[in-house]
Amino acid sequence: MITRKRLTAGVGILLATLAAGLGTALPAAADEPSSAASPKVELVLDVSGSMRTRDIDGQSRISAAKQAFNDVLDAVPEEVQLGIRTLGADYPGDDRKVGCKDTKQLYPVGPLDRTEAKTAVATLAPTGWTPIGPALLGAADDLEGGDSTRRIVLITDGEDTCGPLDPCEVARDIAARGIHLVIDTLGLVPNAKIRQQLTCIAEATGGTYTAIQHTEELSGRVKQLVDRAAEPVVTPVATEGAGSCSAAPQLKAGLYTDRQEFGKHRWYRVDVLPGQELRASVSVAADRAVNNDYGVLLRAVTVHGREIVRGAESGTGRTDAISSGLRYPKAEQDDVDGDVKPAAETVCLQLSNSFAAPSSVKTTPGMPVELTIDLVGAPDDAADVAAFGLGRGWWLLGVMVLTGLVAGLLFGWISRWRVAVWRTN
Amino acid sequence: MRTIRSNRVKRGFVGALLAGVTLLTSAGGALADDPSASASPAEGDAAGPTEAGTAFRTATAIQQEQTATADASTGDYLYWVFPADAGQRPTVRAKVTLPEDAARKGTSTWQVDVYDGLRRRQACMYGHQTRKATQDAGTVELSCVLRTVRAWSEPWADDPLPGSYFVRLTVVDAAEEDLGLPVHAEIEVTSAGMGGAHDVDGALAEPLVPGASSVEQAADGDDGADKPRVSLGSEPEDGWSSGWWTDRWLWTVGGGVLAALAAVFGYGLTRGGGRPSRVPPGV
Repeated sequence: MITRKRLTAGVGILLATLAAGLGTALPAAADEPSSAASPKVELVLDVSGSMRTRDIDGQSRISAAKQAFNDVLDAVPEEVQLGIRTLGADYPGDDRKVGCKDTKQLYPVGPLDRTEAKTAVATLAPTGWTPIGPALLGAADDLEGGDSTRRIVLITDGEDTCGPLDPCEVARDIAARGIHLVIDTLGLVPNAKIRQQLTCIAEATGGTYTAIQHTEELSGRVKQLVDRAAEPVVTPVATEGAGSCSAAPQLKAGLYTDRQEFGKHRWYRVDVLPGQELRASVSVAADRAVNNDYGVLLRAVTVHGREIVRGAESGTGRTDAISSGLRYPKAEQDDVDGDVKPAAETVCLQLSNSFAAPSSVKTTPGMPVELTIDLVGAPDDAADVAAFGLGRGWWLLGVMVLTGLVAGLLFGWISRWRVAVWRTN
Repeated sequence: MRTIRSNRVKRGFVGALLAGVTLLTSAGGALADDPSASASPAEGDAAGPTEAGTAFRTATAIQQEQTATADASTGDYLYWVFPADAGQRPTVRAKVTLPEDAARKGTSTWQVDVYDGLRRRQACMYGHQTRKATQDAGTVELSCVLRTVRAWSEPWADDPLPGSYFVRLTVVDAAEEDLGLPVHAEIEVTSAGMGGAHDVDGALAEPLVPGASSVEQAADGDDGADKPRVSLGSEPEDGWSSGWWTDRWLWTVGGGVLAALAAVFGYGLTRGGGRPSRVPPGV
């Protein structure tokens, strides 16, 4: 009985294999347009007066940066569109208002002409202020357009003293635009305030912070970050979950992003056909300072409010994200009419988080959410705990041998007895 | 995509019942091999990748038995993804080479976390998942032994299932001054085959690989180009197991044979040795 069920399953697997084989061939073709949208990177270099300081391998910070830029420009992968922006390069005066607007694009984002870019970098001389916030805004604007991945690499030796624009808030706002932009920061000075500011900027966008002590570290790291931008990744689709299931957006299989504020629910809807399994996984990123204990809960609920299954996770300590997932296999319908297409069940997904933050932390925009929805064939139900209901182990062998022996003896005796009866008659 | 693992060879023992089945499924496996080989170019690279991803979505795909390395900064979250199949008990080993102690200001605590294809955190049965490195330590070694991967489990359980596994390596506690300093990370995943004792009934329709269904949808052909497609993680070098083989076949068939022999022996006991003397010849 079980074997027969398995055999039909085997045929199904064979068909699925063929289908999947075709499937892997096709998306490769579908990928091409997205790889044509080449990744964009902008290097943002601090050219403020303090870059004159000679404390990196005995040379000045700016010459270390120039040397690193030369190395990086030589190694930029072909497909990457690279631009360069400076901050504090032009205004040497003391007027804070003017100094804090001093950022300009040195080399436009586009196909790279290495010689031209190098010449442009060579002209730089340490001059003015450190307007990191405006520079980031400018860089984000430079990278506008297309749906490729975007990355800003910020190299600086000072903290933004311009105010009231907190560069960290700026970074979070840029990230919330939903343009898949990551900011990596490199600090040239081991100073607590700079480190905090740069870490905060990186954290807000899912980027990284690196403390630079040597020239080769600088060029190595920038090269690594540019290469990272060239890695093909899937760009998620922005969606906006609703406050209730009835108003929730209908999602198909795919990758989605959303934003979720502290302690707020988000609802999404997914249609699941009989014989399909819904797989949903979610991660909520902690893109700002949050309290040490946190959690996430993802529930699959019917439209009538009955909970089907849930995925929950909680954690403690430093983290980038907390994630959980669930799967919901919907059984095949038994009385399937050939003509009638079986009705899909609407499953409501409720996402909630239990992050909390000190009152000094801004709660808007919400934290980035990444949601993956998959719909695949439903799994075989297990008819038994063990595979195919088969047995295993010495106890099994003992029992079987004993049963065989007893059966053999019984048969022997019965046949002897029957022979004896036959002979007496 | 379902192919059969090397232990397919063992199937010969099972006999005629399974022979047909083996033929059927191995034919499927052979057909599926070609496209999957082109899907994962990193296959067979013994040295392994030298970069790590920084999020689930960008995790670097590695294979088991591969040593992957990455240069990073203290405080980065490093992600790798590896495939694990039913019956395997994966062990993740990570080694972090810390920056020279002159640059460091305090102790740091490192941690390796493993998540399954649904991004559910998986427990480590044993191993040093979290370890503290003193200020003068040169390296810190972490390990995590997962539970045995099962072929199937109820949706309400979080048992490890065949599919992708994400490894996240990061510092969970470090002196503020140490953040951003360069570190070198090395990671290797090995797994022990746990044998038939862990072979359960049932099977997933698809391994728990994120984005499994996006592939199918693209195959349907409707606006496949615009569809969001999640990277497929990685697949074992020799494909996912078909789930047909378990050494329980041997035990059960062996038990049946022994029972039959025992029955013959028992029957023989009641007959005594040879032909009874009192039976006249010719009867």
